[in-house]
Amino acid sequence: MEVNPRKKIKGSELKMSEENGVIYRISGPVVTAVGISPRMYEVVRVGDEGLMGEVIELHGEQSVIQVYEETSGVRPGEPVIRTGQTLSVQLGPGLLTKIYDGIQRPLPELEKTMGVFIKRGVDADGLDLEKIWEFNATAKAGDSISSGDVLGTVQETKTIEHRVMVPPGTSGVIKSINSGEFNVTQTVCTLEDGTDIQMMQKWPVRTPRPFTKKHAPEVPLQTGQRILDFLFPLAKGGTAGIPGPFGSGKTVTQQQLAKWSDADIVVYIGCGERGNEMTEVLDEFPHLMDPKTGEALMNRTTMIANTSNMPVAAREASVYTGITIAEYFRDMGYDVALMADSTSRWAEAMREISSRLEEMPGEEGYPAYLSSRLAEFYERAGRVETLAGGDGSVSVIGAVSPPGGDISEPVSQGTLRIVKVFWGLDAGLARQRHFPAINWLNSYSLYPPSLDQWYRDNIKSDFPEIRTEISALLQVEAELQEIVQLVGSDALPVDQQLTLEVARMIREFFLQQNAFHDVDTYTDLKLQYTMAKAILSFQEESKKALAGGAALEDVVNVPARTDLMRGRFESGYEGKIDKMLETMIKQIAETMEDN
Amino acid sequence: MTGKEYRTITDVKGPLVFLNKTEPVAFGEIVELRLTDGTMKNGQVLDTSDDQVIVQVFEGTASIDKQTGIKFLGDVFKLPVSTDMIGRILDGAGRPRDGGPDIVADEMADIIGAAINPYSRQSPDTFIQTGISAIDACTSLVRGQKLPIFSASGLPHNDIALQIARQAKLVDSDDDFVVVFCAMGITAEEYNFFVHDLERTGALENACLFVNLADDPAVERLITPRLALTAAEYLAFEKDYHVLVIYTDMTNYCESLRQIGAAREEVPGRRGYPGYMYTDLAMLYERAGLVKGKKGSITQFPILTMPGDDITHPIPDLSGYITEGQIVISRELHQKGIYPPINVLPSLSRLMNAGIGDGKTREDHKSVSDQLYAAYAQGRELRGLVAIVGEDALNERDLQLLKFADIFENKFLRQSRDEDRSISEGTLDYAWELLSNIDTKYLVRLDQKWIDKYHPTDKKE
Ligand SMILES: Nc1ncnc2c1ncn2[C@@H]1O[C@H](COP(=O)(O)OP(=O)(O)OP(=O)(O)O)[C@@H](O)[C@H]1O
Repeated sequence: MEVNPRKKIKGSELKMSEENGVIYRISGPVVTAVGISPRMYEVVRVGDEGLMGEVIELHGEQSVIQVYEETSGVRPGEPVIRTGQTLSVQLGPGLLTKIYDGIQRPLPELEKTMGVFIKRGVDADGLDLEKIWEFNATAKAGDSISSGDVLGTVQETKTIEHRVMVPPGTSGVIKSINSGEFNVTQTVCTLEDGTDIQMMQKWPVRTPRPFTKKHAPEVPLQTGQRILDFLFPLAKGGTAGIPGPFGSGKTVTQQQLAKWSDADIVVYIGCGERGNEMTEVLDEFPHLMDPKTGEALMNRTTMIANTSNMPVAAREASVYTGITIAEYFRDMGYDVALMADSTSRWAEAMREISSRLEEMPGEEGYPAYLSSRLAEFYERAGRVETLAGGDGSVSVIGAVSPPGGDISEPVSQGTLRIVKVFWGLDAGLARQRHFPAINWLNSYSLYPPSLDQWYRDNIKSDFPEIRTEISALLQVEAELQEIVQLVGSDALPVDQQLTLEVARMIREFFLQQNAFHDVDTYTDLKLQYTMAKAILSFQEESKKALAGGAALEDVVNVPARTDLMRGRFESGYEGKIDKMLETMIKQIAETMEDN
Repeated sequence: MTGKEYRTITDVKGPLVFLNKTEPVAFGEIVELRLTDGTMKNGQVLDTSDDQVIVQVFEGTASIDKQTGIKFLGDVFKLPVSTDMIGRILDGAGRPRDGGPDIVADEMADIIGAAINPYSRQSPDTFIQTGISAIDACTSLVRGQKLPIFSASGLPHNDIALQIARQAKLVDSDDDFVVVFCAMGITAEEYNFFVHDLERTGALENACLFVNLADDPAVERLITPRLALTAAEYLAFEKDYHVLVIYTDMTNYCESLRQIGAAREEVPGRRGYPGYMYTDLAMLYERAGLVKGKKGSITQFPILTMPGDDITHPIPDLSGYITEGQIVISRELHQKGIYPPINVLPSLSRLMNAGIGDGKTREDHKSVSDQLYAAYAQGRELRGLVAIVGEDALNERDLQLLKFADIFENKFLRQSRDEDRSISEGTLDYAWELLSNIDTKYLVRLDQKWIDKYHPTDKKE
């Protein structure tokens, strides 16, 4: 198509220049401009209202822009202005407890300026630029410093100390540095060469932040969710994907991880999901106590909410905004957990933009670069040696929403090729109200070999063996079930009937966990181990009793077993379980005497 | 900006008109088309550039030729809103259909609707009693929820929607709902059924209808729900009403969406539906809820018919990913003559937990609901087994559960179209009575303390 840069446009007094161009075409969130030659990923202002956009393609004289705000009413001929900046986030004290949209505009600020509906043409800083923080210098004049070194600290929230770092690319010798009260744009440190350093730094979201090197993960991210921690663990710095059809429990699982995982910092991205789900988190987190610190969980949390009805281009950006914030805290030496719910909506945003660009589509209309974008995103996870020599990690857990629950589709497949943990949600289990509805037969984690030493040292020396026994029982059950389908369980020999009972106990007592129950919602690793051992003791003692002539019916129905299983809903269970187990063993032994 | 009429049409494809060389036209701008025979049509700009403008014509492109004149009206689509809309019947483009006067605008509202700031939302937690036991006990509805009915052709989803509209109320307040009803491509017969029922019960005076029927322009369906939701937002958030929006049939809406996509030669997503259908549907469904500082609310009941009864079809599938649960209508139950034929097993209300329990419905509600669900699920499963091995192979517990599945369907689910059961006596007490057909020792989901208090025979007086 011929492009005629429009020179005389009614209503537009702008002179065309390097910095100013005009709109040539508008198609939904994609706007084409002529008359400017910006850089890729540069932020531009679009139209009379100055809507925020980002250059995503350069094509002859045309610059193609994705616009982060609604474009209806915008006309060809309206101005497009370069800003010279790439899409960046503001990093510094004040990120925690915040809720942002996909381009780091704080939602409470937007509410103040535009009311309850999100309108357009409003900017808001990611950080509060006015707020005064107490800065404690830890570096001193004369120190020679470089990228990533910690200059001082700020108590950002009750539980999190913010470490103010030298921005990447800066180094030198400190001429002066002062403790005291500063806002994020005031200079706290000056170098000999005259460079001023402020608490706030900016970082382009599409570029990973630098680190010294990547380490293999060796420590589990403890989540308090039995099936996850015990059977399919995620390592700190690892990656996990949770695919599942609607209503199978992706959001509940992600929220459980945000609540209970033992990360220092949590970044929660609601990407193209429901508005009410974010409200739920906002309502709940300030009241939930961190089991480690006794303080509100909100203190360690940053949220990004770009719901399904908010502009798709900002949805595309939201994932990058989130991971950049996560990396920034990692660089301070923290363990960060990032949840993205749902990466499928992110991929769909890419698809929508790509189709407006009339790009050659790949599978199911997704752009051909879908899998490389997914890989690049998950690659930003990891446990690293930071520039300052510390140890930090970003763990990434991505929900996937496969159409019709069928994971043969491109987003699920692209994700599964990269992530090391697969928690497969199952519609059938959800329908049976078996929650979390994670299918134990097809889920997996590739981390156990690198984590087992940690379990032996920190939980119990035979932890890995117990896990293996439990998984094996579940496998055997699956095989036996096939036979039962054909002939009924009564036709099985009694030892196999016992195996079925034991497996049922694993499922109902151990794997099922009610996220909404005050006590059951969280189980620490030690107790998980004890519970697993209790199941194996039940098996062992029952075998003995059966060999001694007891009836299966009597063995499995000893009252103490029900007590043991129900006990997990009572607080203080870890103190009572040993006693309950003892009683159960005694009662099982007694079943022999009845005969 | 009104004035100039262009006669520069180059192409007409499906519902789309392509034209050249115009003034700078806004994205989303409203367009008037004057055909050579004088007929007027309306449309909206879908794509605009210096060289070419693409217009989607609501009434379809029949009889449009290159001589057709096109005028750009200078603004995006706005709906005149006012409380006078209550009691009125409007067409699919917002014009009076009842012979009454035009709506005198209190304000002109942009129909695309802005997203509610997630920070400004308020969590919905007020139980709505529908008087239908299956819903009230097992998939409880709360004010501000979006809960679609997944149905299929030939099933009585309309009766259920109407029964809900008639009976919906809060347990301890007389706040009435205003019903905004939006018809998209339904038959005149279905429409008459709705209108007669609303008239019969006097509900019409408290309702506002937007009607696009099967023989009305298909493309117009793309704006009809937006008009309805714009009216709903005005009533809820400007005028403090509690609004119940019923729209039917979402499947027809999605077909129109697919038609536009095909005409634009877009790369389709699954089964030919546009890749952006999720976002498009979210722009409708997410216009439900409560917001801080506003008294009103919007509760949505979208009805969709699943093509081929297939719940994995993109229309129910994408809807399910956005809405807060679903009520699934079962052909099997319908064929057994049970009304309302709601299959509670695949049905879900995600907001139920927030709306039930002590002080809201009743302390035992959650337990009872879990127990009903578990017992019915097992009973149904046993039916399959019995078909193979016969009843003799069942033990006592299984026999009781098997029998319970029938009792549940025939007594608990089944109720008449005018039967309005209260949550406490009508639904929960009744559930206890039916559950007492099962030995208490098998009712493992019921807490002992609720058995002591509510069980008709085993309770401690
Ligand atoms: N661990 C759990 N404990 C108890 N209930 C659960 C659990 N997980 C899920 N549920 C139930 O399942 C419902 C659906 O879960 P959730 O909203 O997480 O599904 P989802 O997979 O995120 O769906 P969507 O993709 O549509 O967002 C919840 O409302 C809750 O009732």
